[in-house]
Amino acid sequence: MLGGAEIDVREMHRNMALTLFDKIWNDHLVAVRPDGRALVYMDRTMLDEVRAPHVFARIEQRGLAVRRPDLTFVVQDHSVATAPGRTETTRADSAEIILATRASSHRHGVRLFDLHDPEQGISHVIAPELGMVLPGGTHACADSHAATVGALGALAFGCGSTELEHILTTQTMALARPATMRLMLHGRLDPVVTAKDVILHVIGRLGVDGAAGHAVELAGPALTAIPVEGRFTLCNMCTELGARTALAAPDDAVFEWLHGRPMVPAGAAWDVALAGWRGLRSDDEARFDTEIDIDCTGLEPQVTWGTDPSQTIGISEAVPDLAAAPPGREAAWRRALAYAALPSGKPITGTPITRAFIGSCTNARLSDLQAAAAVIRGRKVAEGVQAVVVPGSMTVRRQAEALGLDQTFKAAGFEWHESGCAMCAGGSGARANPGERIMSTTNRNFEGRQGRDVRTHLASPAMVVAAAIAGRIVDVRHLVAGEA
Amino acid sequence: MLPFTTLTGIAIPLLIDDINTDQITPAQARRSLHPDYHAAWFSRWRLDEAGNEIADCVLNAPQYRGAPILVTGRNFGCGSAREGAAWAMVARGIRCIVARSFSDFYRANCVQNGILPVTLDQVDMAALERAVTEASGTHPVTVDLEGQAVISPDGERFSFTMDPAERMMLLEGLDDIGLTMKHMSDITGWEQRTAEEQPWLQAIPKV
Ligand code: SF4
Repeated sequence: MLGGAEIDVREMHRNMALTLFDKIWNDHLVAVRPDGRALVYMDRTMLDEVRAPHVFARIEQRGLAVRRPDLTFVVQDHSVATAPGRTETTRADSAEIILATRASSHRHGVRLFDLHDPEQGISHVIAPELGMVLPGGTHACADSHAATVGALGALAFGCGSTELEHILTTQTMALARPATMRLMLHGRLDPVVTAKDVILHVIGRLGVDGAAGHAVELAGPALTAIPVEGRFTLCNMCTELGARTALAAPDDAVFEWLHGRPMVPAGAAWDVALAGWRGLRSDDEARFDTEIDIDCTGLEPQVTWGTDPSQTIGISEAVPDLAAAPPGREAAWRRALAYAALPSGKPITGTPITRAFIGSCTNARLSDLQAAAAVIRGRKVAEGVQAVVVPGSMTVRRQAEALGLDQTFKAAGFEWHESGCAMCAGGSGARANPGERIMSTTNRNFEGRQGRDVRTHLASPAMVVAAAIAGRIVDVRHLVAGEA
Repeated sequence: MLPFTTLTGIAIPLLIDDINTDQITPAQARRSLHPDYHAAWFSRWRLDEAGNEIADCVLNAPQYRGAPILVTGRNFGCGSAREGAAWAMVARGIRCIVARSFSDFYRANCVQNGILPVTLDQVDMAALERAVTEASGTHPVTVDLEGQAVISPDGERFSFTMDPAERMMLLEGLDDIGLTMKHMSDITGWEQRTAEEQPWLQAIPKV
């Protein structure tokens, strides 16, 4: 049935300009079902301990099997404790799923990145770090920030439990084709301004549904100037634009970053693969359903003031008032302003904080920890602030230790943890107390996400360290300039 | 999954609008590793705090025990998209829900789990509600998916429409996975071709 359709598609492509998304989608299109859904092949699947035991149990109940255990990976990240010396039972309420995940992964012959595995970490950090996800490949991950790995020129989709059963048993996803958006990042970033600031600004401009239903391709001179690890941050937070997925054309920086990683083809196979990957870019005449242009020149470090990532301002700006709410968002803004408990019209700098959190799939790669440590320069965390660093993976942790970053953090008064999601979503029991205010490198500042009545301010690692040292929200550029 | 062709059985009149998934299966049912969906089904309505059945709850009425059809109100299955709310219906043996309308998610979850979601036009729906209430479990309802009709306890016949792909899935007993499994040779073919053209996508070095 597909044979005919497939030849037509290939014929058509010779005459048609395609986007990067189209190229990977078409390459992985297996068939179109009678209900109109496209069956898209998933080259790699990853699931975490929150889903794994349930999904494996459902597959067993139905007498089905995991089709490709060799392409399937499980990680313990969401609910594991991260304080040094952790064990399976450190958190009593997650011990059951951790143990069930171990047992079910073994039953199905699937590679598990278990609690004490040297490669354990947050799924979206370890997948690229191991070279599990490749340019031009597809990736399904049981978490909404799957698009992180799109920075390598891969096509990734988050999925729920029911979709996971489908993926594990058929190795495909049954998808409706998303619309395409190109998000062009123009201009040049100032020093200390990072990918995190860019994406917070973009979300502030476009709103939390600004890319709803779209596959977003990030492009433009500001994008290519951002190192690969920063591009992960950008793709990661496209989820907060409502995007279905995000990706960027792989360039030499990506190929260099990938070369030699454990799961990446080596030797002659690398050369063959690389030759193909060089074609992974949108054709010049390719048309996108939506085109957005953002100028990054002169952008300040950003910080969120409210309860969704679009409620973002430059660090020198004042907390807005209700009149500034985008049309139709007045009620949400009223609620956010009340929850934030910050006076409208007053600068956000000077707001006292009680915690600083550096971690998550957004901002806990080696370069993030380096940028954070660089701000410390012998200074100490302010009294009354609890500051924690949770590396994105155990590999990142070892690399950071090899550079002595752990010593820098510890000397300044930061706790230095093992890897996991930790306080990003409070899943590992890491939650703040009611009324606390956190500067956090994570991706969601939703009401109650880091604890009941806890206010979360999202920012870059450098901004979080600056706030930890000052005990209040400050402009990291002043701190850096003051020392220079 | 059981194919759905024709079903004759008692229909429970649960004539309430906006029944949400939390009412169908409370969130606690999801937390356990081995949730008991049979027990969770409408547990907050059926059971008091001590876990005893509430006698005047229609869902506990003797004539409706084991009834395979539910007749209900507007926006059925609203709230969160949790699929457990469909699994609880399966656990209770409900095979068909006739509602004034469904939430989109719940409707899709029904089809995925072999439950036939039916909506009738307003006048027919009102007549069916009346007939089911009056019959009070003494006369059955027949639902014929092939003929796309509901025959009420008093013998009146109401036709309904259905998306052709959903109808095919229910008639053949295919869920989402079953529908895809029909393309297994396409999937295998894709894997073989890719193993030759882009071998690194099909084989991963062990780490
Ligand atoms: S770090 Fe946070 S956003 Fe990322 S996968 Fe974990 S819980 Fe989700």
